[in-house]
Amino acid sequence: MLTFRIIPCLDVRNRRVTKGVKFQNNVDLGDPVEMALRYYEDGCDELVVYDITASAEHRPIDIGIVADVAKVVRIPFAVGGGISSLDDMQRVLLAGAEKVSVNSLAVANPSIISDGARAFGSQCIVLGMDPVRTDDLARFPSGYEITTRGFRLRTGMDAVEWARRAAGLGAGEIVVNSVDADGTRAGFDLDITRRIADAVNVPVIASGGAGKPSHLSDAYSAGHADAAIVAGMIHTGEYTISRIKAEMRGVPLRR
Amino acid sequence: MIAIIDYKAGNLTSVRLAVEALGACARVTSAPGDILSAERIIFPGVGAAAAAMGTLASLGLDNAIRGAISNGTPFIGICLGAQILFERSAEDGGVGTLGILPGEVVRLAPREPRAKIPHMGWNQADFHKAHPVLDGIRDGSDFYFVHSYRMAPARNGDILTTTDYAGEVFASSVARGNIVATQFHIEKSGKTGLRMLSNFLAWDGKESPKC
Repeated sequence: MLTFRIIPCLDVRNRRVTKGVKFQNNVDLGDPVEMALRYYEDGCDELVVYDITASAEHRPIDIGIVADVAKVVRIPFAVGGGISSLDDMQRVLLAGAEKVSVNSLAVANPSIISDGARAFGSQCIVLGMDPVRTDDLARFPSGYEITTRGFRLRTGMDAVEWARRAAGLGAGEIVVNSVDADGTRAGFDLDITRRIADAVNVPVIASGGAGKPSHLSDAYSAGHADAAIVAGMIHTGEYTISRIKAEMRGVPLRR
Repeated sequence: MIAIIDYKAGNLTSVRLAVEALGACARVTSAPGDILSAERIIFPGVGAAAAAMGTLASLGLDNAIRGAISNGTPFIGICLGAQILFERSAEDGGVGTLGILPGEVVRLAPREPRAKIPHMGWNQADFHKAHPVLDGIRDGSDFYFVHSYRMAPARNGDILTTTDYAGEVFASSVARGNIVATQFHIEKSGKTGLRMLSNFLAWDGKESPKC
């Protein structure tokens, strides 16, 4: 049967992997290519590499890192950050990435999803979204509003509505990165993960808040997610991918 | 020379990098002459069957592929490259394909109502026969899949592995003579996929006798 995927996320700034809480207090964690290789060797199912400063610095993504990661791992990986056009997507895919991830760009210009899906196939187009919990149920029926630009901007868009629309436009996969849970290591926001997973017919990836293996099991069983992103819990060395897999219960995994 | 057939159907970088990771060298080519003179051929591809068939015909690659296969050249089709070896595909309302392998390609029909299409991610391949390309690989190993259609070979004896997606068991790879066709992406399937690619690069194109 289809297995649940565990996907390490590498946030890259100046060719180094960094990790902060809610995009603040970034600390240096290592070389992205070495870390990608280590997680690959340890059995991760996929990888995500974000060039987290490309957009802010108004420059295209660092294609050298994409090419270097592609040389050392033999599993699919997605790349995001600094993607602003179909040309950027093509460069990333030709460098060896399997998927490109768009977030703020898709909110500003949703047709990038349909254009990308038409040019490269839906399976290449990942929509990242950063929903934040809200009490304003009149405006946001799901109880979550989409934010962009590293959680700084509120968009006025309902999270589930946006997920449905993006899937309809051709997004092949949706990463639900909860603003409230991000960096807390207290578990994924299962509520919004499940709402979106149940609303769309494309795979949903839980993101933000992974701190221990049971959180990933919960993302599968209670969050209805197809995959989960891990970052801090493995980057600090507290857990390895193989230990996470060994400790997860009731979830089909690639061994 | 190892030829990777380029017919504008998706991204060939990961296939080329996987071959290079094994210390081999491949030529990414659209030239029928390269296909006919290659020692072995990799036929990848992602995308729609009708567009792919149009491109193959316009480049003269359809006949080059038939020629190379009838010459006994070891040949592996991957994903779309596996599917269009069959006679027809249900994609795009029905399209005639290369007709080299007996059978057709149909849309996935998983039994579980919540199952998503495409079938994307890692799933197990259960062995149905012995074959040199499976040397050193454990029965039931996981491979990486991304597809909405599946191969439906006419002959059960051609089935190399099957995979269960949400209650639908389908042929995830096929082997017949000098042809291997895999629905899964061996170039993205970690060490297991790399082992299968390495086995293919060492293969003489003959099915081993039954043990």
